Amino acid sequence: MTSSLYKENILDHYKNPRNFKKLKKSTSNAFLNNVTCGDEMEVFLNIEGNLVKDISFDARGCAISIAAMSMLSEKVKGKKISEVKKITDDEVLKMLGMEKETPRMKCALLGIETLRKALSS
Amino acid sequence: MDTEKIREQFPILSREINGKPLIYFDNAATTQKPQVVIDAMNEYYKTSNANVHRSLHTLAAESTKLWEQAHKEVADFLNAESDKEIIFTGNATQGLNFVANTYGRQYLKEGDVVVISELEHHSNILPWLQLAKEKKIKVEWLPVLEDYTLDINYLDYLKLKYKSRLKILSISHVSNVLGMVNDVKKLAKKIHSVGGVLCVDVAQSVAHMPVDVKDLDCDFLCFSGHKMYGPMGIGVVYGKKEILQKLEPWITGGNIVTKVWKNGAHWAELPQKFEAGTANVVEAVGLMEAINWLKNYSWEDRREHEEKLTSMAIAGLSTICDLEFLGTKSLEDRIGVISFQLKDIHPHDIASLLDERGVAIRAGYHCAEPLHTKFDFGPSARISIGIYNTQDEVKVFTDAVKNISNNFRK
Repeated sequence: MTSSLYKENILDHYKNPRNFKKLKKSTSNAFLNNVTCGDEMEVFLNIEGNLVKDISFDARGCAISIAAMSMLSEKVKGKKISEVKKITDDEVLKMLGMEKETPRMKCALLGIETLRKALSS
Repeated sequence: MDTEKIREQFPILSREINGKPLIYFDNAATTQKPQVVIDAMNEYYKTSNANVHRSLHTLAAESTKLWEQAHKEVADFLNAESDKEIIFTGNATQGLNFVANTYGRQYLKEGDVVVISELEHHSNILPWLQLAKEKKIKVEWLPVLEDYTLDINYLDYLKLKYKSRLKILSISHVSNVLGMVNDVKKLAKKIHSVGGVLCVDVAQSVAHMPVDVKDLDCDFLCFSGHKMYGPMGIGVVYGKKEILQKLEPWITGGNIVTKVWKNGAHWAELPQKFEAGTANVVEAVGLMEAINWLKNYSWEDRREHEEKLTSMAIAGLSTICDLEFLGTKSLEDRIGVISFQLKDIHPHDIASLLDERGVAIRAGYHCAEPLHTKFDFGPSARISIGIYNTQDEVKVFTDAVKNISNNFRK
């Protein structure tokens, strides 16, 4: 199926999401939902010192929101908290290969927003 | 009815979306506008624009005449007794809030009961929940049964339980998710027998079937102009004159008084006392034009056309495995609103994949979350059929959903 939005890597992350589980040992977590479409996202973090030692997520949602969080979880695992906090919305969209003004912005950014909430909790 | 001739009157339908001809199946959210409506609104700003009622020059007189004429056209369209029963608001939501905040606030006291139903749009839920908080009244819900019909007999039970404390029944004529028509006339009899009033939300029905306030025997009725080929930004409240006369204004300000003193005011006559602030004349002109435009096509022809497309869409979708409808497949007492889910494919993905093929649908809860929760359904995809849709478009849509179903699954 040819599609501009659902590129191969997005479908791969959607069908086989990475770090898709609830962490047994987490130091913080956060939940957000997208009221218009009903997407639900929960992010679990295991913080050690200033490092994101481990990350996982549990979600119910569309391909874009799942793939975005899956890719994001790979990107931030093991990174310094200060670096993770620097990730911008634009970087997430670029990672997904999406335009800035896409109707699917909310889906794409649900993961990063939940991650930011977990970092500040 | 010549659909091609109808389509030619809607400039937006010649647009391409993602390189494909636009197929617009989101008519329950808003309909597209025919050229005559766009022209009438342009013409008003080009030739007659002025503030109504307050000035004495020619333009103000023309503008006031159009404003009053629009009330008359809407009164005729709804078979109301008088144009004094027609109040212009911003949309159906504002209309329902108007009823809750005038009649509801004025007459309901602690322990009284408002009845709504499980299939309501949030705009017919939240004004009542807010009022309940403020006035300590109770909100009761008519259940939706397993076959998706409304349990209207539950109202008999509520009548026995609450008797004259049942003050308001506020109910939609047609569900914006299920597309099914509720038996408003039966409900009117039941609520009136205990002295309560009936408010009907006809936002979804008004473009698809005759809406007659006398036939429905309602006390209040609300809708938006933009779901019936008219402009966004105008809605209508119908209220029975004898009820409206006794109500205090909800929003106060300019235009609604005959005299103001430091300690009070005399309200203007109906409907002016409920239309504070500068009148939205251009939208009223657009709505009037839309009503007149619809008169070119008979209800029977439109129903036949939309029913044919609805039956094709339901038949096409029924052949797809793992597709589940939220609502009945029956064509009886329904309009062309069809909600469904594909197993393991989120409705937002369905909507995006259809958009890539130029097809516009809605996905989510459609502002009716309690109904989705009731059936443990999660969000759904929804198509809604309008006067300008064609059989070819339905075919493109059902083929596309089939293709998505076959290729996108986890």
